Amino acid sequence: MALIACRDASFSYEGNIAVSGLNFTVESGDYLCIVGENGSGKSTLMKGLLRLKPPRAGIVSMGDGLKPSEIGYLPQQTAAQKDFPASAYEVVLSGRLGARGLKPFYSKTDKAIVEENIERLGVGPIRNRCYRELSGGQQQRVLLARALCATKKLLLLDEPVAGLDPLVTQELYKLIENINRDTGLTVVMVSHDVRSAVKYASHILHLSTEQIFFGKTKDYLQTKAGIGFLGTEGNGND
Amino acid sequence: MIDTLIEMFSYTFLVRAVVVGLLVSLCAALLGVSLVLKRYSMIGDGLSHVGFGTLAIATAMNAAPLTVSVPIVVLAAFLLLRISENGKIKGDAAIALISTGALAIGVIVVSMTTGLNTDVCNYLFGSILAMSKDDVTLSIILAAVVLTLFVLFYNKIFGVTFDENFAKATGVKTGLYNMLIAFLTAITIVLGMRMMGALLISSLIIFPAITSMRICKRFRSVTICSAVVSVVCFFIGVVGSYVYATPTGASVVIVNMTALAVFWIANTLKRREAI
Repeated sequence: MALIACRDASFSYEGNIAVSGLNFTVESGDYLCIVGENGSGKSTLMKGLLRLKPPRAGIVSMGDGLKPSEIGYLPQQTAAQKDFPASAYEVVLSGRLGARGLKPFYSKTDKAIVEENIERLGVGPIRNRCYRELSGGQQQRVLLARALCATKKLLLLDEPVAGLDPLVTQELYKLIENINRDTGLTVVMVSHDVRSAVKYASHILHLSTEQIFFGKTKDYLQTKAGIGFLGTEGNGND
Repeated sequence: MIDTLIEMFSYTFLVRAVVVGLLVSLCAALLGVSLVLKRYSMIGDGLSHVGFGTLAIATAMNAAPLTVSVPIVVLAAFLLLRISENGKIKGDAAIALISTGALAIGVIVVSMTTGLNTDVCNYLFGSILAMSKDDVTLSIILAAVVLTLFVLFYNKIFGVTFDENFAKATGVKTGLYNMLIAFLTAITIVLGMRMMGALLISSLIIFPAITSMRICKRFRSVTICSAVVSVVCFFIGVVGSYVYATPTGASVVIVNMTALAVFWIANTLKRREAI
């Protein structure tokens, strides 16, 4: 059974339909990139997949007994976090909250998982630094470590490279690719960086307030939508 | 100095006031860190005005003030939280509506019963004489409840304060913990209100948190630091108000202001050195 399945689903944003006609499935181990222009409904769909927002119509089902406490999420940063006094370690540790239920304190297992992810993402040297004083790339690593602490199955990323410089962006993409390949963790990423999306993802979902394409990346490159989108992006960047 | 303290604590009413005050400052400082970071500082202010209204009504009905105030202010806290989360009226406007509304009701009730006299002044600016023996017992029990719940749910409170969406998406019941924070805040406000005054109680929530954020960089150290700052400032404020015969609430706020200035300057100097 698919990890996520959307059937004729649509989501609304502030009362208006933001995205509709969604028909796609995500299997375990997939790396799906959701692409589209600003206002195409990407972030709204992300909220839907996180179950922060119910679908307006249609069905969104989670398979393989996927519980909310098994989802890892890398959100876009909020303004409040920019001046939040917290150490990197405290932030990563909070990734284990969902798994705790009502139990008040973290267990040894929780702390071991945290150490493992701190190691994996190279957060060790900055673990006691203040989160707000880290660079953008370091902050994303900390948040990614927190997301990995929350999940073994599904990682949802909302514009993870927004505001990062090109070098750090490539590093982060490599990191996500390695995680997907080595641990078999399913990755769903929202991005408007379509060039990197087709480079790294196994599947593409192209939105423009409705679903334009869903399928394997190599098929996407043959479609009109894919050629067109990559073409305009290229012109825009040149 | 020691003589002054011994003389001061020979009055039982002062001992009561200091005990309750210290507990309230501790609770307020702990919750304050989360409220300030969640941009909920004004909720404390709004609740204290609701508290003023309920005190006026309790006096008019000849009922024990705490038993009337606690449930109504807790209800108001839930309402404010609800409105600021998903209402069409934005949070700050909603708080202003509810707080001025409650203030108006309180003033009308007071003027119809006892008339605008020293009572009103005491409600607004606090009085050290406000604590009866029963009040003290109830205050200690409630403060113990607030502290216990805060310690037990410290990690969850961090989670919903730092990133509510992440917490919610990963299966934490954020609504429940937001309500817990609102509940604890409401109780703390009501407990401290009569001593500090309806207009000044929110300072106990906001000042220590802002002060400790000048220097501390971690959530845990900010929380501990603001607890210590708050308790020390309260004690100095009370002793000061005894020595100079100034109003208690205002004296405590003045000491808190001084602490904020000191921390601010210390941080600026530290930064200069680093450069």
